[in-house]
Amino acid sequence: MSNMLEVADLGHTYGDHEAIGGLSFTVRAGELVCVVGPSGCGKSTLLRTISGLVAPSRGDVSLHGSHLAVVFQDYSRSLFPWLTVQGNVEFPLRSLPRAERRKRAAEALEWVGLAGAARKRPWQLSGGMQQRVAIARALAYRPALLLMDEPFASVDAQTRFELEDLLLRVRREHDTTVLVVTHDIDESVYLGDRILVLSGSPARLVADLEVPLPAERNQVTTRTDEVFVELRSKVARLLNVGKPAAMDVEKWAAAERESLSETVSS
Amino acid sequence: MRAFTRGLLGIAGFLVLWELLGRSPLIPAEALPPPSVVFGELVTQLTSPDFISHVVATVLALLIAIVIAVVIAVPSGLVLGSIPAVRHATRAVIEFLRPIPSVALIPLALVMLGFGPETKITLAVYAALWPILFNTIYALDELDSLLVDTARVFGTGRIGVLFLVALPSALPFVLTGIRLAATTALVVMVSVELMAGSQIGIGYFIMEARSGPGRMDQVLVGTVVAGAIGVLLNNGLERVRRRWVAW
Repeated sequence: MSNMLEVADLGHTYGDHEAIGGLSFTVRAGELVCVVGPSGCGKSTLLRTISGLVAPSRGDVSLHGSHLAVVFQDYSRSLFPWLTVQGNVEFPLRSLPRAERRKRAAEALEWVGLAGAARKRPWQLSGGMQQRVAIARALAYRPALLLMDEPFASVDAQTRFELEDLLLRVRREHDTTVLVVTHDIDESVYLGDRILVLSGSPARLVADLEVPLPAERNQVTTRTDEVFVELRSKVARLLNVGKPAAMDVEKWAAAERESLSETVSS
Repeated sequence: MRAFTRGLLGIAGFLVLWELLGRSPLIPAEALPPPSVVFGELVTQLTSPDFISHVVATVLALLIAIVIAVVIAVPSGLVLGSIPAVRHATRAVIEFLRPIPSVALIPLALVMLGFGPETKITLAVYAALWPILFNTIYALDELDSLLVDTARVFGTGRIGVLFLVALPSALPFVLTGIRLAATTALVVMVSVELMAGSQIGIGYFIMEARSGPGRMDQVLVGTVVAGAIGVLLNNGLERVRRRWVAW
């Protein structure tokens, strides 16, 4: 399998704070990789450097394809409220002829089960449906890599299960390469073919784990599978869950947010 | 519906009070004609081509002023709101110009522009600029960074972000600015017509009615019509905002 994304010695520093401390990993074509790490460990910075929103202080990110798409956690702020659902899905396709745009948007909305909502405004839909619109928009763009930043952290548990299964189905049907950033250990094991475990700030790679579960996952049986349970405890141990944090994560996260907002306004 | 009924009751109460005041011995009858007299005169005037041409002149000048103000203020607001350097460089000048009352500029405008409609349009534009400009700048400050990030990861450049994200997201604020500006522009327009020898317009009509025959009923007809224009503009623009930018 060829590599779709190669990250080599990626590091990023905001002022005195080292957010990412030399990360190297690859994502193979067609693979779903989960990046899991403690809150405020620099996962967002990692996603911003990979997506090109922030130029990293050092290291290389190379994507073997023309473009990537991002699904953000906060769907309500990521969808354009003045556009219809269809308009939102067509947004990345502006350079294409109108007919092609229509076709691709309709197709992508069909994949996420929202064919009937094309003419609605995003804010007329439930949270779960809005996140599906965001997923449809990313898929319609036919990205070499689909980046997802805590994509299901803002929906209720039931909807979360539905969306996880939707993601698994869609990437299987369309052979999409996906990188999901999450702080949820269960989610990373349930979704991933592979899990990259990051340490707290600065983010460093602690482990690169294959998930030896069958491609077909099931919310009930997979989560009770011995392999699942074992792997989730292993990741939890790697993340030091339950032990007091070695440093002040809250303070660090605040500093990161501050410097992020600075980069946005400049 | 209940709100509407209450509104009607409020208006009815106001008219009754006015009627009573107008007919009471406290105020000379010729100084404050009661609404029954004023509305009779209003009907007469609304069929008079002379009066209609005054109204049309004011409304037309007002619309021109609003359009010019939008054309100047929205692009300026976009520039000032998205390029901090320009904003800092112009801050002092803007803070100086903004509080100057438009009517204080009448003598200057008369000398520079003469007695034609240019003067009242220019002064109304001056007054209307600020609410639109400041609302546009404010809207850009409030622009959600995640919307910008989303557009950027989907391959949108700086100019694209400005027109495809910043401008539409600013639109509700801009429309509110235009609504505020329209009312301000009306005030300035009628004031200039009243004070500075324009030959046509509602303000001129009011001035003529008072200084010539001393017809206070006609003066009040002019006042009522000016108020009605203000209400219509305000409600019309509010409806536009609700219809087109309902998020």
